Amino acid sequence: MTTRIFIPCDASALSVGADEVAAAVRGELAARKLDATIVRNGSRGLFWLEPLVEVETPAGRVAYGPVAASEVASLFDANFLAGAEHPRRLGDIAKHPYLASQQRLTFARCGITDPLSIAEYEAHGGLKGLRRALDMAPAAIVEEVTQSGLRGRGGAGFPTGIKWKTVLGVQAPQKYIVCNADEGDSGTFADRMIMEGDPFLLIEGMAIAGLAVGATKGFVYIRSEYPHAFAQMNRAIAIARETGLLGADLLGSGKSFDMETRLGAGAYICGEETSLLESLEGKRGQIRFKPPLPAIEGLFGQPTVINNLITFASVPTIMAEGGKFYAEFGMGRSRGTMPIQLAGNVRQGGLIERAFGLTLREIVEEFGGGTASGRPVRAVQVGGPLGSYWPTGLFDVPFDYEAFAQRGGMVGHGGVVVFDDTVDLARQARFAFEFCAIESCGKCTPCRIGAVRGKETVEKIIAGTAPAENMELVRDLCEVMRDGSLCALGGLTPMPVMSAIEHFPEDFVRAPRHAAAE
Amino acid sequence: MLDKRSGAAGHGFDEAAVRAVADEHKHLDGALLPILHAVVERFGYVDERAIPVVADVLNLSRADVHGVVSFYHDFRREPAGRHVIKICRAEACQSMGSDRVVEQLEKALGIACGETTPDGHVTLEAVYCLGNCALSPSALIDGKLYGRLDAERTASLVGRDAR
Repeated sequence: MTTRIFIPCDASALSVGADEVAAAVRGELAARKLDATIVRNGSRGLFWLEPLVEVETPAGRVAYGPVAASEVASLFDANFLAGAEHPRRLGDIAKHPYLASQQRLTFARCGITDPLSIAEYEAHGGLKGLRRALDMAPAAIVEEVTQSGLRGRGGAGFPTGIKWKTVLGVQAPQKYIVCNADEGDSGTFADRMIMEGDPFLLIEGMAIAGLAVGATKGFVYIRSEYPHAFAQMNRAIAIARETGLLGADLLGSGKSFDMETRLGAGAYICGEETSLLESLEGKRGQIRFKPPLPAIEGLFGQPTVINNLITFASVPTIMAEGGKFYAEFGMGRSRGTMPIQLAGNVRQGGLIERAFGLTLREIVEEFGGGTASGRPVRAVQVGGPLGSYWPTGLFDVPFDYEAFAQRGGMVGHGGVVVFDDTVDLARQARFAFEFCAIESCGKCTPCRIGAVRGKETVEKIIAGTAPAENMELVRDLCEVMRDGSLCALGGLTPMPVMSAIEHFPEDFVRAPRHAAAE
Repeated sequence: MLDKRSGAAGHGFDEAAVRAVADEHKHLDGALLPILHAVVERFGYVDERAIPVVADVLNLSRADVHGVVSFYHDFRREPAGRHVIKICRAEACQSMGSDRVVEQLEKALGIACGETTPDGHVTLEAVYCLGNCALSPSALIDGKLYGRLDAERTASLVGRDAR
């Protein structure tokens, strides 16, 4: 067997030169007449170490990173193919504290296997869940998922088993499984990592969902900002069809499930489930009134399971190991593991999959190692652009749906964006309104008009114009948006705004001085 | 590196080609977005004159198609520059100074975000998250993703100077 060299094809790894590293490795192999195979794996999720190159040696995998293309020749000189010493040598990356303390269920294979090899997927535990589901009655699959306590990982945290049960209980000529891979929240990349690094996991999860509710057709709606993920998903689906993981005869069972991808078109609102369904139907991504729920009348008017990608990707483990196994992780009503995505101004940004319950302090300080700039941490925003800004004084709150909600925040899709002490929270509040104004679908007035007026009013506060009156106006407006908007975009924009005002009031009164200093 | 889409932009409108692109995708469920993506891929933008053609193929009204084209940021109505910089302006990139990078780029290129240089060399656009948030600031430049960017490097990637 020839030596295997792993160089990630993950978009983040590519963004710092993984393709150039792969080309340099190929060049050196040819020039030195060496025999080795390059595998383009996903990312392990330790992004500050990308491009992370691993070599398979008789003593196990040895990692080197971050590797620049210009350093590749020196790696060969040092005999890295045998795992030899080099300034970039990291040893067994699985033993790195960042990874060793994680509980990787959903991301068990990501960064380890060849993402497009079904044989490797299966050798590393894949397809076990689907095989088991193929032998079960639909209601039993739904029961297993219910027992796991899995809740929607897109942000709303709705119990997945209940959603599936609703769809199972409706009679219809056609039901659909729709995967929301419109991962638009800043600070999140878990969906992208799975699509690029372990795409069969999503296919397996969606196929299980199909079996559970009696749906034979699925769609993955992928945002256009993810061209690599889109291409990789299409490759994986084609391979899955060839090998019978998709199609009219799922793994020879006689049961049928197939799926297609669809590309978003640059609209954040399409991450909202009803807007996504409209978009899938080829329409403007305007949200729908609820009810009817998508579970009753979803895509093309048919009963539809629509879940976030990570929700589907959590299901194969649940089916393979049992709902009880999964439910043993976590705390309170937040069961299982959550892929936390640590991002922004942080030294060690990446993917942290752990049972619910980690505190923000552990995430930012222990995993993150502080800011990238070296300055003190001042705030984190959790849960994307609609999530709260948290001061360091609240860093002992555990990562848990209810604990976050109690303090006016949300877990969302698990993104944690770190800011150092140069951040101006009044500007961030202004941006929250601006973003809502740019991305509003326009259907309801509180969101469409409120966002624009909110931005203007915060600008007045920043300029020092009647700050007390305008602050009162912002509070009032936030209440109207929260209570009167049709969906989470308008309804949750007040969250970053009000948390900034509540936790960082000094940025709103000090604002004129900032303006004068610039 | 030239943007592969830019070549077609200068040519006249080709109704038959638009119809062929639409015909090729019309069998898909919810075919309008895939068709519009294919039109942009092929011609670089959605020409006003393409709208009735697509509407005809899908048996929709022109208003329906116009409504969709105008709703989504991706369906540009005019040709882009030879290079396209889509720079992320979302929070994670903000935390690493993307606002300043954008300001410097705007100054170096002499255009505001959302505009194309008068010589058609480069279009600068804002995008909200590229999923590269642990390696901010990020941009998609001619379809290639870059992380840990500054203005100087971004400009040099499209053959311009931002020092």
